[in-house]
Amino acid sequence: MSNFRHDLPQKLSIKNLQFFYGESLALKSINMPLYSHKVTALIGPSGCGKSTLLRVLNRMYDLYPKQRAEGEVLLDGKNILEPTQDLNLLRARVGMVFQKPTPFPMSIFDNIAFGIKLYEKLHKHELEHRVETALKGAALWNEVKDKLHTSGLALSGGQQQRLCIARTVAIHPEVILFDEPCSALDPISTAKVEELIDELKESYTIAIVTHNMQQAARVSEYTAFMYLGELIEFGLTSHIFTTPDQKQTQNYITGRFG
Amino acid sequence: MSLYTARRRKNAIWIGLCYAATAFGLSWLLFILLALLFQGIPGLMLDTFTQMTPPPGSAGGLLNAIVGSLIVTVLGVLIGTPLGLLAGTYMAEYGRHSRLSTVVRFINDILLSAPSIVIGLFVYQILVARMGHFSGIAGALALAIIVVPIVVRTTEDMLLLVPTTLAEAASALGLPRALVITKVIYKAARAGLITGVLLAIARVSGETAPLLFTALNNQFFSTNLNAPMASLPVVIFQFALSPYKDWQGLAWTGALLITMTVLALSIAARVLSARKTDK
Repeated sequence: MSNFRHDLPQKLSIKNLQFFYGESLALKSINMPLYSHKVTALIGPSGCGKSTLLRVLNRMYDLYPKQRAEGEVLLDGKNILEPTQDLNLLRARVGMVFQKPTPFPMSIFDNIAFGIKLYEKLHKHELEHRVETALKGAALWNEVKDKLHTSGLALSGGQQQRLCIARTVAIHPEVILFDEPCSALDPISTAKVEELIDELKESYTIAIVTHNMQQAARVSEYTAFMYLGELIEFGLTSHIFTTPDQKQTQNYITGRFG
Repeated sequence: MSLYTARRRKNAIWIGLCYAATAFGLSWLLFILLALLFQGIPGLMLDTFTQMTPPPGSAGGLLNAIVGSLIVTVLGVLIGTPLGLLAGTYMAEYGRHSRLSTVVRFINDILLSAPSIVIGLFVYQILVARMGHFSGIAGALALAIIVVPIVVRTTEDMLLLVPTTLAEAASALGLPRALVITKVIYKAARAGLITGVLLAIARVSGETAPLLFTALNNQFFSTNLNAPMASLPVVIFQFALSPYKDWQGLAWTGALLITMTVLALSIAARVLSARKTDK
């Protein structure tokens, strides 16, 4: 993997990561970095393990008894796969936005305040300020400021997804993982979410799984191409999409398989 | 073409049979409701709610039975619901993949279909026989034992219906498991959970057999849980079998009251679950 850069700080370093669903091996010895304040896209055909990889980074797989990971994932140098790692604190630092918008069955305001209140004791007006900032950060404030106390479920799909982003941003994580965040959205909502990701990288380290090649090219600086549980190629997005080193990467990007 | 006509004829016959079966089922329900209204309404007056059950031949009402029924039902539901909710939550959340859940589910299903008279006898053995007398609390306990499996079942079913993506999203915010369940999953399943409790109330409010062995009956007004307590089903049972016309009239009125309560609860349960699917 000659494309790794040693001059860039790594927020997350994945080292010799293997992942198992029961007995079956889903990730084969993955080695790759997530550079600080960069957007890294994970691409590859369905079932290649990119979502699985993402779910290792906040240990979401821990919810399911038969899934396990081996190897190391270093967050600021500390291995988060250690059994002693506090999962709630990890997930507060490594936020996640899912494929399908998942607003909680409560008001728009509470959807965001809920997570904040868990980690910080704030006065009412401070909390209101934080909710407002989060909604502005997710470019949703203007659309919902007059109906903060209506149900989050009443919003459109695109608005719900931005609400989920606002909710994630509100608790000030360090890394945000996006798992195909636009696959259920129309083109206009998709454009809004992409703009948002572009702004978010100022403050966060971002990883995004996407099936949309153009999206990967638009939003990311680094791209990882995965196939059948292996990392085939990692490098600058501009490099991967123009002159990939591997034949498989080229075939996938040009649409010859996948 | 003849094949098509034959198929249409077959279709018509089967649809006709479906309608007939529905009509057959519904007609009995309608028949029961009409009989209840017909026989029960004449006895329905203010006295029904203010007077005690009378001795034969004199006027009276059902106050002691209504109050007794309310007490044992409310108490039974208050004891049974938390147990059912906790067990159902364990099975759907913490123990979803565990062997214990499978065993509990199996036993719960048996309890769900256990004849209520057996439950009455059970409480009689462990409580009434030891205390030496019938009591309201024994009645409440018998009803609680009926409530538990219903609530366990609906709680588990309703919690399993909540999409796992919602639980994942809540966990992804760093929420501890307990808060994911109480603040997010319970909220998402709220209508279903309440429906389960309402159905349990509807079920126990008509139970007679378990009360006969536990709370028995009381001709006088009593809120003492340590003493025999009247209840509508037992009064209906006693009065309906009696040879006295005025007692039989009161039994009809009591039956009407219970039926209307159960009907109202069922409609409430329906409305709640419908509101859930609207969202």
